[in-house]
Amino acid sequence: MNFRDYLRDHIVTLDGGMGTLLQAQGLQPGERPERWNLTKPQAITAIHRAYFEAGSNVVCTNTFGANSLHFPDDELETIVAAAVANAKAARELARTDAPKYIALDIGPSGKLLKPLGDLDFEDAVRVFAKTVALGIKYGVDLVVVETMNDSYETKAALLAVKENSDLPVIVTNAYGEDGKLMTGATPEAMVALLEGMGVDALGANCSLGPKQLRGVAHRLLQAASVPVVLKPNAGLPKAIDGKTVFDVTAQQFADEVAALVTDGVRVIGGCCGTTPEYIRALTQKTAVLTPVPVRPKSITAVSSYTHAVVFGERPILIGERINPTGKKRFKQALLENDMDYILSEGVSQQEKGVHILDVNVGLPDIDEVRMLSDAVRELQTVLDLPLQVDTSDTVAMEAALRRYNGKAMINSVNGKEDSMHAIFPLVKKYGGVVVALTLDENGIPDTADGRVAIAENILRVAHEYGIDKKDIVFDTLALTICADTGAAVETLAALKRIKYELGCHTSLGVSNVSFGLPNRDAINAAFFALALENGLSAAIMNPFSADMMRTYYAYKALKGLDENCEDYISAADSFADAPTPTTVVAPKGAATYGSDLQHAIVKGLKDRAAELTRARLANMAPLDIVNDDIIPALNVVGKGFESKTVYLPQLLMSAEAAKSAFEVIKMAMVGASTDAVKTPFVLATVRGDIHDIGKNIVKLLMENYGFAVVDLGKDVAPQAIVDAVVAHRAPLVGLSALMTTTVPAMEETIHLLREQAPWCKIIVGGAVLTQDYADKIGADRYAKDAMECVRQAQAMLEEK
Amino acid sequence: MILTKTYDEPPVCEKEIRRFAACKSADGETAALLDACLREALPVLTYRVCYGEFPMRTDGDACDFGAFRVHSKQLARNLAGCKGVVLYAATVGVELDRLIARYGRLSPAKALLLQAIGAERIEALCDVFCADIAAERRIGTRPRFSPGYGDLPLETQTDIFAVLQPYKHIGLTLSDSLLMSPTKSVTAFVGLGGEQKPTTTPCGDCNKADCAFRGVL
Repeated sequence: MNFRDYLRDHIVTLDGGMGTLLQAQGLQPGERPERWNLTKPQAITAIHRAYFEAGSNVVCTNTFGANSLHFPDDELETIVAAAVANAKAARELARTDAPKYIALDIGPSGKLLKPLGDLDFEDAVRVFAKTVALGIKYGVDLVVVETMNDSYETKAALLAVKENSDLPVIVTNAYGEDGKLMTGATPEAMVALLEGMGVDALGANCSLGPKQLRGVAHRLLQAASVPVVLKPNAGLPKAIDGKTVFDVTAQQFADEVAALVTDGVRVIGGCCGTTPEYIRALTQKTAVLTPVPVRPKSITAVSSYTHAVVFGERPILIGERINPTGKKRFKQALLENDMDYILSEGVSQQEKGVHILDVNVGLPDIDEVRMLSDAVRELQTVLDLPLQVDTSDTVAMEAALRRYNGKAMINSVNGKEDSMHAIFPLVKKYGGVVVALTLDENGIPDTADGRVAIAENILRVAHEYGIDKKDIVFDTLALTICADTGAAVETLAALKRIKYELGCHTSLGVSNVSFGLPNRDAINAAFFALALENGLSAAIMNPFSADMMRTYYAYKALKGLDENCEDYISAADSFADAPTPTTVVAPKGAATYGSDLQHAIVKGLKDRAAELTRARLANMAPLDIVNDDIIPALNVVGKGFESKTVYLPQLLMSAEAAKSAFEVIKMAMVGASTDAVKTPFVLATVRGDIHDIGKNIVKLLMENYGFAVVDLGKDVAPQAIVDAVVAHRAPLVGLSALMTTTVPAMEETIHLLREQAPWCKIIVGGAVLTQDYADKIGADRYAKDAMECVRQAQAMLEEK
Repeated sequence: MILTKTYDEPPVCEKEIRRFAACKSADGETAALLDACLREALPVLTYRVCYGEFPMRTDGDACDFGAFRVHSKQLARNLAGCKGVVLYAATVGVELDRLIARYGRLSPAKALLLQAIGAERIEALCDVFCADIAAERRIGTRPRFSPGYGDLPLETQTDIFAVLQPYKHIGLTLSDSLLMSPTKSVTAFVGLGGEQKPTTTPCGDCNKADCAFRGVL
C-alpha cells in the first residue's frame, strides 16, 4: 500500500529522536551527525530498526542537516545515499508486520532568509531541491520537512519538494510557548500556506513537550483539512547533576499524545529526548484507538508571515490605494522607482485598519514583472498584512506569488477560458484565494442570472484543476449607475445568489458604482452598506474615505459583530467630520526659529510641517517655501548637530519633518520637471552587510539637501553598485559598511568603480571605518556621520 | 547538551538607551518619540538564551574547549584559572528587526531609537543571564567575552554556531559575513571560577582606546 493510501485510514506512527541518541553514543558537540551514515552505518541502522520494532510505520533518514550549505555536492550525495541505505537495511531487518515507510528527512538550512537574513529565497529552494533530488534518486517513500521555525523557509522547502517530485510530503513546524514560530507565524497562517501548496499532512514537532503543544495541536485541528501531525519532545531538557534529562517519561508521553489522537491527531511520533521506548509506549497506547476521520474545513483564508485573515467572520477591508490608476503622484513614484512612497501608502492604510492590501503597480512604461515582485517583497519587509496581488500580466503574477511569504489573494481570474487556464495552475501551485470576476468572452452579462451562470462555470473549471470553491471569491462587478440605473440592483442580486445559493465568498470594487457622479463617497458608502447586507464578504475600498469607514464600523456595530461597540467607539473620532480649515496659528516659540514652518521643522513635528506647507501653498510659490523656510530650518539643525548642541535623534526628527514638507511640495508639483537639476547620489550598504540604519539616515539627509538619492538597499553586490552609477551617470556614490568582515566588499566595490566609472567620487562611512581605513581602501572621502556626508558631497561637487 | 532559558523583561534603563542613540539629553519631542518606540518595541521582544557548559584548558594563547580551540591572548587572559566556561547565545528576537526595517524606510529617527533600545535590551538580557549562571552554580564568573572583542577573531562565531546550534534553539542564525540575525543578539564565553579581579571600568580588559563609549556608564 502506498503511503497516501495508508495515511487515509490509519493512525501513522513516525519515529522518535535521533540526535539525542547519537549524543549518548558519543556524537561530539559541533560534529555533524549526518556523517555517521558513512562512518557508523550500523549504529544508524540499529536506531532505525529499533524504531520500526517499537511500532513506527515511518522512519526518517538521518539527513536533518544534509544540505549543500553544510556539505560539498559529492559528499552530500554519498551521505544521502548511505542514509537511505541505512534506513532500508533497517526495514529489511525489522521483525514486524506493519507497513514500513522511509521518509527523506529535511531540516532547516540554519540560515535566515532575506530580507532579515542573507539567504535568498530562490537559493533556499535550490538548496532543498538538491537534497530532494538525491532522496528520490536513492528511493524514499515520502518526504518529511521538519523543525522549521520560519514560514518563508518552510515555503521554500515545500516548493522544492513539489517541484521535484510527486512523493507525499509532511511538513512540521517548531512552535514556541507563545504558539507561534520564531518568525511569528500562527498555526492558522501555516495551515493556509501549506494546504494552499498541497501538503499531505502538517503539524508541529520539537521545541516543547506534548502538554505544551496541546494548544497548538487543537488550533491545527480546527483549521486543517489534511491530517495533523504531532511529534513533541520528551518535555523540556533540564540539567541535573551535570546530566541532561528530559522531564516527561515514556508513559506520560504516550498518555498525553494518545489523548490528542483521540482529539483527532492522525500522525504521531517523538522528537528530542524520545527513544524507541517512548514510541513503544505510544503505539501500545494508540493500537486500540480508532483514527478520527479528517474533516475538510470550508475555511476561506489568506495569510501573511504572521497571521491568517479568515473570510466570513466579519467584513474584510482590502485597501485599494497601492494602484496608479488616476493617481499622478503614484505614477511618478513608480517611474522614479520611489519604493518608499509605495511603502508609506501601504503603512498608512494599515494604520486605517484594512485587513488586506491590494498591490497593483502596472504602468505601460515599467517592467511590471520586476516592480511587482519588488513591491511585494518590500511591503512584506515593513508590514504584516496579507497582500492581494493585482495584475493582468501572468508572468508578473507568478513571479510575485512565488516570492510571497504566505498564502496570497490573487486578483484576478474571470470566466474566459484563457484566463482560467493561465491563472488556475498558479493557484494550484502556490496556493491562494483567487478573485473571480463574473465576466467571460461575451463580456459582463446585464443580468444576475448571467453572472451566476459564469460563476458556476468558473467553479466547474476550478474543480477540474483541483481547486476547492473555498479558494474562490466572486466579484459580481460593480458598474456605474450613471450609465445604467439598474446596474447596482443586478450586481447585488448576483452577489446574494452567489453567497447563499453557491455558498461562496464575495468581493467588490465598491467605488466603481459611482463613476461619473458628484460627491461619490455618498453613493459608495450607501452601496457598500447594501452590498454587505446582500452577502458581501470583502470590499476593495479606500480606507481614507470617512464615509466608507463610517459605514463599515456602523454595520459591524448594528449586526452584532462588534462586542460592546468597542471598535465603533474607538474609531469614531477618526471618521468624524473633518474640521473646516482655519488659519494656522503660529505656535509658541515661533520667534526663536523664524517662521512657524521653520519652528515645526526644527522641533521635528512632521504632521505640523506638512499642514503648514499645505497652507502656504495657497499663496506662496513652492520653491520660495523651500528657500525661505525649509532650507533655513535645516541649516539651524545641521549646524546645531555639528556644534553638538543638537543630538542625532533630533537631527533626524527635523529631517523627517522637512521630508514631509517636501512631500507636500512634490505632490503640488507632480508633472513639473523639477528633478532635472538634482544631482544623483547612489547609495548602498555593501555586499554581506545587512545593517542599513546609518545608510537610511544618510539617505534622508541627502534628500533633504536636494540630492536625487538612488538607494540600492543593503547587501548589494559590487557590480550592481557600479551598474547603478553608470546608469545614472552619478558623480557621487556613498558606501556603507558596519563590520570589519564587510570592508573587503567595500574595497572590491571601489576597485570596480575606478575601472568602470572613473568619474565617480566615493564617500565611505560606517561603524568600523576611519579616515585611515578609508585611505587604505582608496575612497575619496570618509564621512563620520550623515551630516558630514552632506558637507563632503557638497564640497566635492563644488570642486568639480 | 544545549539548554535554553527564557526570561521575563529585564528592567529598562532609558539613560543607557539614550547613550546608544548618541543622545545625552532628550528634549520633549525626543522623549515622546522614545516613549512611543518603547511602547511599540517592548511587547514584541523575547528574551531567549541557549547555552552549554564546556571544559577548558589554556595553553599559551590558545584556549581549548574540547569541541574547538581558539587563539586569543585576551580571551586566554580573561579565562585564566577557570575550570570551564559557559558558552551562550542570546537574542531579543526577530520582531525588533522587523520594526527597525519598517522604520528604517519610514522614519529613520524611530529606527535609530529602536536600534538603541535593542542594544540596551540585549545587554540587559546578557546581564540577567550571567547573573543567573553565577547564582545557579554558586561560583564566581568572569566578565563575558564575545568574538570581535580585543583579539578574539569574529571567525570564532562559526565554531560557536556549530556547537550551540542556536538556530534550532532560539532562532539565531549566522550569515556568510559572520553577522548574526536577528541582529540584536550576543554570543559569549563566561569563565567559571578562576581569578576574580575587581574591574574598575565597565570596559574590562578591552583595549580599544578610541571607543566612543569608553569608560562611560
